[in-house]
Amino acid sequence: MAASEAPVAGLDQAPAAPAGETEIQNYTINFGPQHPAAHGVLRLVLELDGEIVERVDPHVGLLHRGTEKLIEYKTYLQALPYFDRLDYCSPLGMEHSYVLAIEKLLGLEVPLRGQYLRVLFAELTRICNHMLNLGSHIMDVGAMTPNLWLFEIREDCMNFFERASGARMHAAWFRPGGVHQDVPLKLLTDIADWLDNRLPRLFEDAISLVADNRIFKQRNVDIAVVSKEDALAWGFSGPMIRASGIPWDIRKAQPYDVYDRMEFDVPVGTRGDCYDRFMVRVEEVRQSARIMKQCLAQLPEGPVASLDRKVVPPKRGEMKQSMEALIHHFKLYTEGFHVPAGSVYVATESPKGEFGVYLVADGTNKPYRCKIRPTAFSHLQAMDFMMKGHMLADTTAILSAIDVVFGECDR
Amino acid sequence: MTSPHPRYAPNEGVIDLARTVLGDRLIAAEEAVGEIALTIERTALVEAMRLLRDTKGLEYQQLMEIAGVDWPEREERFEVVYCLLSVTRNHRLRVHVNTDEVKPVPSVTGLWPVAGWLEREVYDMYGVLFEGNPDLRRILTDYGFRGHPQRKDFPLTGFVELRYSEEHKRVVYEPVRLAQDFRTFDFLSPWEGAEYILPGDEKARGEAPGAPTPAPAPTPPAADGGKK
Repeated sequence: MAASEAPVAGLDQAPAAPAGETEIQNYTINFGPQHPAAHGVLRLVLELDGEIVERVDPHVGLLHRGTEKLIEYKTYLQALPYFDRLDYCSPLGMEHSYVLAIEKLLGLEVPLRGQYLRVLFAELTRICNHMLNLGSHIMDVGAMTPNLWLFEIREDCMNFFERASGARMHAAWFRPGGVHQDVPLKLLTDIADWLDNRLPRLFEDAISLVADNRIFKQRNVDIAVVSKEDALAWGFSGPMIRASGIPWDIRKAQPYDVYDRMEFDVPVGTRGDCYDRFMVRVEEVRQSARIMKQCLAQLPEGPVASLDRKVVPPKRGEMKQSMEALIHHFKLYTEGFHVPAGSVYVATESPKGEFGVYLVADGTNKPYRCKIRPTAFSHLQAMDFMMKGHMLADTTAILSAIDVVFGECDR
Repeated sequence: MTSPHPRYAPNEGVIDLARTVLGDRLIAAEEAVGEIALTIERTALVEAMRLLRDTKGLEYQQLMEIAGVDWPEREERFEVVYCLLSVTRNHRLRVHVNTDEVKPVPSVTGLWPVAGWLEREVYDMYGVLFEGNPDLRRILTDYGFRGHPQRKDFPLTGFVELRYSEEHKRVVYEPVRLAQDFRTFDFLSPWEGAEYILPGDEKARGEAPGAPTPAPAPTPPAADGGKK
């Protein structure tokens, strides 16, 4: 058709192009930054061919708060609460890497009870985190009820955190040298009771609704299949790498605290799709409960934090009685402790994967550099290759299976 | 018993093997706090990383993290740190590369696609250039952000702040105005090597004999406000 023959207004004038000659343009849409299934402030620029996703460009950083910069201006202890606010769905898992990094630089021993309590609550955090992720994953692919039931469990976890630390979410309970304060005996018996009765009942009920559900499987099986080689090359970790069939769990391979005394299995996926990622997390919840039961059974008596008064401040009662304790208390809450110069990269198995802290100390009371290795950063980067050729509606399933939280991704 | 950090395979022999494999690409190798750090010649980075990944006995299959560090007093002020992980040997290794604002670091995106975003972040935060990265855009900072916030000479408060302007009906950017001075607390003890003179500490300079004593402190106002 010549350019001069512009069609006159009116539909009857539009030339009927023969089949196969219609020029189809790719369509670009924004998913987020304010989308209920974006799990936070993620902006995905999707290039669509019809309903098939051709290219994904995730824009992150909308929740960037400069945590790493702020930490450089705080003492080691003051920097700790920032870690709760990274992955606000699993706050204690974030603290764990940081306190272990400081202890590694200091060469600080931690009493056994402190280590057991950390493992106990790290696993409770894992359950808490997976409840949110599994629930929202189910909801993102269309089912409502299990999410409500799983939030019941999450609420129980929050109550346990509150009884241990005083805060439901931002616990700041793990400290360099141990944990901040001991837990009451009633809390431990309540957790044991909860693990035996309430958790399995609610959890298995909720999962039984979806695990063999036809619709749920149609939305997840064979979606975003990731091979072992790809999982390694894209820096996957945690449930994402295990779903691809690599039995890699830092708790097992590089045990920290008392994980080497725990008996637990590492679930592994067979196909590397979204359904496997979901089911790996489901099994991890059961294994976490198993670890927690062992912690409760083995929990020794003794101090919960190191007695090195140059790092761990004394309790308040002691401070009121002893002049030396008062001096230590004052010095540790103003100047803080000094960490010998050096650098370490310490990574732990957070509920979402490998959460690492690269800490550079220069011998003063403040970190020279604290680089946080978020789990979601590398997983989200792989969105582009995981999404390629999938339908637009699969975006939410893939995103949920990554388990992304922007507090940690954007820092 | 030592600190309860993650315990991976022992470091024995890794440095020796790395030294024979890397040859003169390796500038320095040190083992401190139980971790091995290799400093590698910048121009030979990609080849060295390939050797670290593919040589039998090293096998660092995963690149977990790229961190930048700023050392303003050094000649080449930036350090780029690659944290590698071997899932078969259960070992971790750090690779350090030094650079400055203008000398580009070869990109390792050809070896590990995950390096794409990690390098973008180092570029965003420090302004380190990566040669060969196909998509070296900013990643974490705002659209249209200027400067590299993790540099030590970048102020904590930043330079611009934004607010919603009712007048313009949009978000506006303005220079930072602080309601109070930025307070930085330095708790380094003056008895343990602080290199400055505390305000009012005239004796620190070593006064000449016979110098006048410091002026007495002003008398505080009476507690009852000067009545009677």
